[in-house]
Amino acid sequence: MVTLKINGEQHDLDVEAEMPLLWALRNEIGLTGTKYGCGIAQCGACTVLMDGHPVRSCSLPVSGAQGHEITTIEGLSHNGTLNKVQQAWIAEDVPQCGYCQSGQVMSATALLNRTPDPDDSDIDAAMAGNICRCGTYVRIRRAIRRAAGKV
Amino acid sequence: MTKRAPEYSRRQILVTGATLSGGLALGLFIPGTARAAAPELEARYWADDAHDPNEVNAWVVIEPDDTVTLRCPMAEMGQGTGSGLPLLLAEELECKWDNVKVEFASVNRNIRENTLYGDMLTAGSRGIRTTWSYVQQGGASARERLIQAAAARWKVPARDCMARESKVFHQPSGRSLRYGELVKDAAKIQLAAEPAIKTPEQFKLAGKRHPRLDSAIKSTGQAKFGIDTRETDQLYASIMSCPVFGGKLVSVDDSAILSARGIKQVVKLDDAVAVVADNYWRANEALKKLKITWDGGAAARTNSVQFAQEYRDALDGQLVAARNDGDAKGAIARSKHVVEAVYETPLLAHATMEPCNATVHLRDDRLDVWMGSQSALDNAKLAAREAGLKPEQVYFHQLYLGGGFGRRTFGDELRDAVRVVKRGNIRQPLQLLWSREQDMHADRYRPQSAIRLKGALTPDGKLEAIFIQSACGSIARSTGRPVPDGIDFTALEGIGPSVPYNKIPNWYTGQVLKNTHVPVAYWRSVGGSQNCFYLESFIDELAHAAGKDPLEFRKSLTDRVDSLAVLNKLAEISGWGKPLGAGRGRGISLVDNHEAVGGQVAEVTVQPSGEVKVDRVF
Repeated sequence: MVTLKINGEQHDLDVEAEMPLLWALRNEIGLTGTKYGCGIAQCGACTVLMDGHPVRSCSLPVSGAQGHEITTIEGLSHNGTLNKVQQAWIAEDVPQCGYCQSGQVMSATALLNRTPDPDDSDIDAAMAGNICRCGTYVRIRRAIRRAAGKV
Repeated sequence: MTKRAPEYSRRQILVTGATLSGGLALGLFIPGTARAAAPELEARYWADDAHDPNEVNAWVVIEPDDTVTLRCPMAEMGQGTGSGLPLLLAEELECKWDNVKVEFASVNRNIRENTLYGDMLTAGSRGIRTTWSYVQQGGASARERLIQAAAARWKVPARDCMARESKVFHQPSGRSLRYGELVKDAAKIQLAAEPAIKTPEQFKLAGKRHPRLDSAIKSTGQAKFGIDTRETDQLYASIMSCPVFGGKLVSVDDSAILSARGIKQVVKLDDAVAVVADNYWRANEALKKLKITWDGGAAARTNSVQFAQEYRDALDGQLVAARNDGDAKGAIARSKHVVEAVYETPLLAHATMEPCNATVHLRDDRLDVWMGSQSALDNAKLAAREAGLKPEQVYFHQLYLGGGFGRRTFGDELRDAVRVVKRGNIRQPLQLLWSREQDMHADRYRPQSAIRLKGALTPDGKLEAIFIQSACGSIARSTGRPVPDGIDFTALEGIGPSVPYNKIPNWYTGQVLKNTHVPVAYWRSVGGSQNCFYLESFIDELAHAAGKDPLEFRKSLTDRVDSLAVLNKLAEISGWGKPLGAGRGRGISLVDNHEAVGGQVAEVTVQPSGEVKVDRVF
């Protein structure tokens, strides 16, 4: 039995200790906002926050997530109010196909949590692990600046 | 949007009566189809026992609360058709953009009702190009009926009334009525003639930036992609196909996994093996542990180096003239200043961010499919054939696509899913998901190609001839379609008739189609993808050989208004000609693809290591 704390809620799961967090989220708990892209921590689509830090859930076993606060895209808004990154994402119309955007929003949220006023190199460094095949990078950068109060 | 709209007769645009909730249902005929059909008032599955006599037709529904719903026949994979078409509707309807919703049109109904939604093929940049005129006409028709309904209610002339922001106003008295208050009456109005649709100069909404309708659900994890399908008692499958295309499965040793947790069964297909489990990760882990023997056949002894050589060699073989203006060959032979280059491009995977997947639920008389597809109608028919059902027994639930780029037109992943549930006799919903590895190796790739370009320059640096020899994989041939006269036009895009230059007097393009056992298919922008790279790289080589500025050289090759407009705009916004400093420079390219001319300027830095860094793209 593995106990996970996800978006403030406790989940007791009867799964293998080595099951990646991604598949526990998507298949066992039913939180499908976190996406599968590559399975080897190369694309960033599966990014969630662990104690506020971005981690690739496809490569993190549930045993490693136990005892930590996990936040997924579904946990960023509270009582219907979106977090500032999500609001900026909508204001800048960032998503195209949208598949990578949960991961992008999570990485951007983590960045702003630790660096409230990021410059372009901070943004590039924090977002380098999140691929977007539609090429929304310019708008992602603008949305992060907006969320930081720069627009 | 510069094309003239086709004329619509009254018979083609029908108001089909009040819908069940009192909304106005407006039916639109697609030119070329026999009849129209009715709207669904809610996003419910169209079932054969639920045919409602009140639902006669529709694409557009206006509800009493002013909500406007457009049923979109096109897929949404980020290209924005799902926002662009409703915008055109709102443009004509004079409704508030905030009131507009969009739903995916029902595929099953399209099958039952004589393809009223068309071929539902979202490919070739056609989403807006093939639908804008009748969506606009539908909006204009609805607006006119709402105005007449209001005029009748007020007993005033319709010419004194106007529509704006989801209301009809009587201008002399200042009275107004909401669309939602008028829909029942409007549904009964018969128009003497269909109103003309707006021309682009009259647009108020279109042509300006508006929020996409899907930004919020895609920024909060709520948008449902095919992979997010979760049905009751759903199972999951991971599949591995023969590493060599066309190869066969010989044997599988599954003893290591049969007792593993959650594993339901191992399904053996002729050319693939799938593991079915209660969790995708368990299925995929088990699949990796199988000991599989394949027979790759003769193709197993081929390799990429050999293919590359064969494409280059094919340039010296027999070619078919696909374009032949003037005497390019003679001009090249006579010229004292010929530039020549050979370029090659490899096979390229689509690598959509969402790996291909399909969820299916097979029952005796019905197959439900959940997936994101660029070709939902054809995919539904394919699933019917594989399942041994009639097309109308397939209920296809369209979802968002995590990238398409042409990959999601063929339904290969759906075919896999149906084969697995049939062979495995699985009657629970099953989601078959290609692992990223499977997605890369079971793709239908962008065609491999090689090209030789020759250009003849006059002594004063004018380009008088282009001579092109192209050896390219044929998508038509690979997908089983004919290639009349040995010409595949998708392989010619960007080097044949569709180029942004019209002042090169002598032009020859010869083509030889060459396929291997590796399947090839439409890849984002199709032929333009590699051919734009080819032609524009070569135009640059010519400009340098001629000692001309690459932008000015391009301007000298065309008097097309669109090409010159793009070049001039690029020059303006990129600061073309202004010095950039040591190690830095600019490059420019121009393309004519899918009825539009586009261009880019890139600012780059050549780093001390020799690597090129792209700093900015205009």
